[in-house]
Amino acid sequence: MLFLIIKRILLGFITLFIVSIITFVGTEILPGDACTTYLERQAFGEQLEACYRRLGLNVPAYERYVSWALNAIQGDFGYSLSGEMPIKEVLGPRIKNSLVLASAAIFIGIPIALILGIITALWRDKLPDVAISTVTIFAMTIPEFISATLLILIIAIWLEWLPGIVIVPTDVSFLELLPNIILPVVAIAMIMTAHMARMVRSSVIQVMASEYVQMAILKGVPYWKMVFKHVLPNALLPAINVVALTIAWLLGGVVVTEVVFNYPGLGRLVIESISNRDLPTVQALAIILASIYVSINLLADLLTLILNPRLKTLQIRK
Amino acid sequence: MTDIIQKVKNLSIGFRSKKGDEILILKNISTNIKKGETVGIVGESGSGKSTLALAMMGYVKHGLYTIGGECQFNSSNLLKMKSKDLEKIRGRKIAMIPQNAGQALTPNLKIGYQIDEALQLHSDLNEKEREKKISELLNKVRLPSPETIALRYPHELSGGQQQRVAVAMALAGTPDLLLLDEPTTGLDVTTQAHVLELLNFIAKDTGTSMVYVSHDLGAIAQVSDRIIVMYSGEIVLEGPSRDILKRPIHPYTHGLLKSIPKLSLAGLPESMPGSQPQPGTIQSGCSFFDRCNFSDENCKNNSPQLEFLKDLNTSVRCFNYEKLINENQVSQTVNKIKNKSQDKEILNLSEVSISYAKQKLLDQIFNRISDDNPTVKDININIKKGETIALVGESGSGKSTILKSIAGLLRTKDGLIRFDENRNLSSDLKERDPNDLRIIQLIFQNPDESLNPNHTIEEIIAQPLKLYFGLKGEELKKNIIDLLQKVRLGEFYTSRYPRQLSGGEKQRVAVARAFAAKPDIILCDEVTSALDVSVQAAVLNLLQQLKENFGTTYIFVSHDLAVVRAISDRVAVLYQGRLCEVGPSNDVYRFPSHPYTEVLLGAVLEPDPDIKPKLVAEDIVEERPPEKGCSFQGRCSRIVGDICKKEIPPWQLTDSGNAIRCHIPIKELQKEQF
Repeated sequence: MLFLIIKRILLGFITLFIVSIITFVGTEILPGDACTTYLERQAFGEQLEACYRRLGLNVPAYERYVSWALNAIQGDFGYSLSGEMPIKEVLGPRIKNSLVLASAAIFIGIPIALILGIITALWRDKLPDVAISTVTIFAMTIPEFISATLLILIIAIWLEWLPGIVIVPTDVSFLELLPNIILPVVAIAMIMTAHMARMVRSSVIQVMASEYVQMAILKGVPYWKMVFKHVLPNALLPAINVVALTIAWLLGGVVVTEVVFNYPGLGRLVIESISNRDLPTVQALAIILASIYVSINLLADLLTLILNPRLKTLQIRK
Repeated sequence: MTDIIQKVKNLSIGFRSKKGDEILILKNISTNIKKGETVGIVGESGSGKSTLALAMMGYVKHGLYTIGGECQFNSSNLLKMKSKDLEKIRGRKIAMIPQNAGQALTPNLKIGYQIDEALQLHSDLNEKEREKKISELLNKVRLPSPETIALRYPHELSGGQQQRVAVAMALAGTPDLLLLDEPTTGLDVTTQAHVLELLNFIAKDTGTSMVYVSHDLGAIAQVSDRIIVMYSGEIVLEGPSRDILKRPIHPYTHGLLKSIPKLSLAGLPESMPGSQPQPGTIQSGCSFFDRCNFSDENCKNNSPQLEFLKDLNTSVRCFNYEKLINENQVSQTVNKIKNKSQDKEILNLSEVSISYAKQKLLDQIFNRISDDNPTVKDININIKKGETIALVGESGSGKSTILKSIAGLLRTKDGLIRFDENRNLSSDLKERDPNDLRIIQLIFQNPDESLNPNHTIEEIIAQPLKLYFGLKGEELKKNIIDLLQKVRLGEFYTSRYPRQLSGGEKQRVAVARAFAAKPDIILCDEVTSALDVSVQAAVLNLLQQLKENFGTTYIFVSHDLAVVRAISDRVAVLYQGRLCEVGPSNDVYRFPSHPYTEVLLGAVLEPDPDIKPKLVAEDIVEERPPEKGCSFQGRCSRIVGDICKKEIPPWQLTDSGNAIRCHIPIKELQKEQF
């Protein structure tokens, strides 16, 4: 078990290493660099040389990679070009914002998804299932930029209940922030919930058809006790990985939604820094997003391992 | 009348087809289960026997519904009962022991909890008493150290142990009626015999009524007082079990009993032609008409009713049962097989060892296998051209593992596989040339999985012909039809897909595919296990005939010792991947000498109430073969001393050519037999 965890963590680091190489090489290959972008038309001769020296771009690429990597491990990603401030400081509030948005969506979306998924499975082919399934499939198929725009149009512009874009700084108190993030959260949660509810539904239906559930019924176990003891623990295990991927996707910044709502999260930062050719920031973002994916997947795998007695002992035996 | 515990009245269950037609799975079934009796329900797959058993608990599977009739328990109809009331009957009054306990136990709950749940629901015991009761129950089903078993998860137990847990769970509610749905199918012979013995003991001890559903007449014969034979959703014969097994008066039962291979008889049993009609087939006459040897015009046009014969105490659904009364005994005619083996050696395994152990990094790098105690060790077998040699043993004995290595699917650790006296075959598929691949063909257990569902029969059989002989066009077509005819399938099968064939037909296609390569050796891995008995006999006969025509050598793996007896010339008995005994099947079966052979043969169930299994050894499951000494030391009842634990027993030869690996002198082994 311990060996397995260590192995998975090591593999995670290797993944991150590969990601860092790819992004570094990618930014190197692209024509132009930070200085040409920064200096624009003055990018020649003395000034360009000076800029290279100042930013340390005059040393060979591998040396720069090593020093960048060493710093990155310590949390120092260097300077953002556009704002000329440490990337750390740029990232900090953005990560916090994305976290706020993601956790709100998670806390609302996951329970709803579970409940809807379970209801549709238990009342399979009956009215509740047909109704909810229609809605979820509908929600799944509308792209988020359309649902987000519609939300703004209806709730913010026609009804004027909530602000359409986020206009307050995010360090205000929660109560002040709340009305601003309701719409983006709803927009994200809709699609995510629909996906997860479908997943949970098919998983529960599969377990309901299993022999051990039939056995539990024939044993005289009351319906709800059977659902909670025999069905759900086994049906929700495979859902853990999907939930994990969803969380990673949320934390990674829901690019489209953030742009539509003008929400200052990681997703919008990705767009901004790419269009500004702010390569150090892009590099830093790539690494951070990769680490989020890797660590959340690792957590999900460990959780499955802990919750599934079968996997646990099989690992020991083999 | 008070002694009737469950009354099934005119029960019909079915489903609606896509076209909206009502299709019957059970047709107007009526029967009674009396207090304290054990009723066996037999039939081939699709005869509706499990549906009937489930209906007796008021349970109808998703997709099926009750069309008419009742299942009365204590004069209330279970099929119309509210689920709240059913919960009070299920598990408490009527309990179920499922077919596959491994899948019927909830994987995330501990054994103790699952039994406790039944106790909580169906008894008034407090927590302390329940804990004691759990131990008692686990003890009753003879599981070792109940306290630790209760803390385990289902997957941590062996198949036999899981089945025992399921029995304990069913007994927790002290039911009046136990329903058993193929409770021993899928267990090893020895385990099966032990579980049946336990069930018999429980039936006597507690006076519980039992309904025992199985396709296996051998198992039914051991437990039941009364037998119900089902065919195509109808009861065709019902009566006292001895009469039905000894003097069946329905042609179906008659044919069924004749098609079962027996331990005492060498040679292939007669097969019953045809197969059971699909549900929904419209028939004007008797449903068994096409397969019946006793039928006449009347049977074709009118369907017989179940008729009760008072003097025989039997109900039968047949117009011509009187013909069978006169025929009396089931006279088993067998097609004696001739040993056509020549003296020429075709395959030789010498010192073969195979390991499943996960290899260390260093060994992986150097591409070698190191394991001091491999799964299969020191296999020396010399196979003659044209013979059928069978590998027998319980699950985990390494019989399929050896087949895989011969086929090149699994690397051996040590040893040589030599073909035709001079050619060494690599156990690695990649190192074999196309001809090496052609000479050895495999037929698998389950044709559903071994035939590609997206290929037509023509494409399936064409593949080896194209691959090995480069046939094309007309010639290819001619060869395919020729092969189909050899396995007795018509030309029109070429355009069909596997799913359109019955189990027996699919296995015939698999046989045709194997023969398409014109192989010298065919490896048969449990080829008849997934088939119904009547079909099994037909496939065995087919294999035998093809062998006689082509001089093919068969290596036959099966857990069914009666089947092995029927088809093989020679038998090799394996335990924990080590050979125990090798010899001509006549001798191995008539005078089983190795203690393990004795255990195996003793546990075989015959469809005859007078032959009881002999249980010699405990059915413990050993995880690994012992490090040293005799492989069977852990379960042997005849250990002679420390020598069994320390030294690998020597090979001893009997006069008839049996080789036995045991420390007990050969004279003594044979003497103690009878």
